[in-house]
Amino acid sequence: MTDIHDAAVLEAMPLRLDAAVEVHELRKEFSRRDRRRGARRTRVALGGVTFAMERGETVAILGQNGSGKSTLVRLLSTLLLPDGGWARILGHDVVVEPRAVRRLVNRVSVEASFFKKMSPAENLGYAARYYGMTASQTRDQIPEILERVGFPPDRRNEPMENLSRGMQQKVALARALLTSPVVLLLDEPTTGLDPRSKLEVQEFIREIRTTHDSTILLCTHDLNEAEILAERVGILDRGHLLALEPADDLKRRYDAVTLEEAFFAATGREFEAEHDEDEDEDREVFA
Amino acid sequence: MRALATTLRAELVGEGGVVERNINLTKRYIWWDLAWFVWTVANTLTIVFIAEGIEATGGQLDVNEVMTSLLIGAVIWAYLGVLFEFLMETVAWERWEGTIEYTFMAPLSRAMHLAGQGLFAIMYGLLRAVFLFTVCALFFRLSMPDANFLAAFVVLTVASVSFLGIGAMTSVLPLISPEKGTQLGFVAQGTLLVVSGVYYPVDVLPGWMQFLAMFSPATYALEGAREAILEGAPMSAMWDEIWPLLILGVISIPLGLWIFQRGELYAKKHGKLKRSG
Repeated sequence: MTDIHDAAVLEAMPLRLDAAVEVHELRKEFSRRDRRRGARRTRVALGGVTFAMERGETVAILGQNGSGKSTLVRLLSTLLLPDGGWARILGHDVVVEPRAVRRLVNRVSVEASFFKKMSPAENLGYAARYYGMTASQTRDQIPEILERVGFPPDRRNEPMENLSRGMQQKVALARALLTSPVVLLLDEPTTGLDPRSKLEVQEFIREIRTTHDSTILLCTHDLNEAEILAERVGILDRGHLLALEPADDLKRRYDAVTLEEAFFAATGREFEAEHDEDEDEDREVFA
Repeated sequence: MRALATTLRAELVGEGGVVERNINLTKRYIWWDLAWFVWTVANTLTIVFIAEGIEATGGQLDVNEVMTSLLIGAVIWAYLGVLFEFLMETVAWERWEGTIEYTFMAPLSRAMHLAGQGLFAIMYGLLRAVFLFTVCALFFRLSMPDANFLAAFVVLTVASVSFLGIGAMTSVLPLISPEKGTQLGFVAQGTLLVVSGVYYPVDVLPGWMQFLAMFSPATYALEGAREAILEGAPMSAMWDEIWPLLILGVISIPLGLWIFQRGELYAKKHGKLKRSG
């Protein structure tokens, strides 16, 4: 097993001052009281992760559930406080300057979370206000961005609860892009979508890469998605980033034909597209 | 200076976004709100009927005056309930919908976020209180020839600032305990009103409760509203209630914000911001 903290790996991936995302020895633990034993149990969600991303780069992080992907995204979104190490977005520390970070970052998670009785237009409207965008600014932008993600115009004013998961996820992408984030955090954006919706969302992510100046961190279970969308692919296993390289280099490093084989070689475990242990649930168990 | 103006503008736009969201949600749930209003009317009627009940069982009292006094107490209780409920929903509803993480990762300051929530709660709560008062007063055909409704309205509005500070303190409870935090908010509301003379003069309370009443904004809101409506006290006479309310507001708002921020930090430290399932 190759650890990213090996000197050789770190040398090949030095932290850059002009990086869009810098993460250094980032650590997060969750603990809970075990009532039967009367002691606190601690689980390491991230065990000292280090990496950097250039502006405009797309990096995919592969990992099973419980590997720490969502914890990493939450730490970069200022939704969790780290227990050690640091993370910066365009030089702004996520703990020291959270508001500066929030202006630069947006996120799409596995659940397209919205006020279900409100329409896509209403949900996008109020969310944009939180980023300082006025009604006159969003009046034209919301229909435009919904059109770009392939959302049917005639359903713009329907309650979110009437929409399919695929459509809701398109609105989630639109919400994230509406604020023109410099760094876009995609936490399993296609998990649970039907094949057609999945392809549409992937196509849109590809379009963002070419038309926006966004840096994209894509956390995914989907090996193919990682390979086609990202310039570099990282393997996160039980809170440790084992490797972060272009997909072809990863395969070469582990003498593998496919990314799945490389994942197996790196972690010693089969890659499970579907999983029985959810990271959020795990976080809650230990919260 | 220009950067400050830009930031301030963005904050005000964000605050408007909170109000806009709540207006949209209220429109979507309007029939549920009307049903809830019917419940509030029924609850208020049961309280106001107590005055007639006392007279019917031989009690000597000015029924019209006691009914009006009880009505004022019940309306302020209901108003405080709406205010606290909206502030509590800052966390509870968003956690239920799953939007809380998106709200808390937005660059809107927590002060303006809570201010937006509070502003809508005051507007909605005052409108509801006026309707509730009117419906019940008409039902009982209460006579209020000297009432100064404007003065009562002003006192209640000023008191709302302090209520918001206390509401911010309680709204953090669902962050700490997603299951029971909301109920604890109602404990705060009830405790506040019981020492404030919601249906009785503060003088009847034990000494230690009268001492606590001095620090409750509801005491001054109730006194002011009763003086204005029952005795027709002019606006100038409201100053006795307004200055303590302003002092309590100056203390409770920053204190409430500080407590909320401590709760938010706790939730971010322990991963309790979002609750699955």
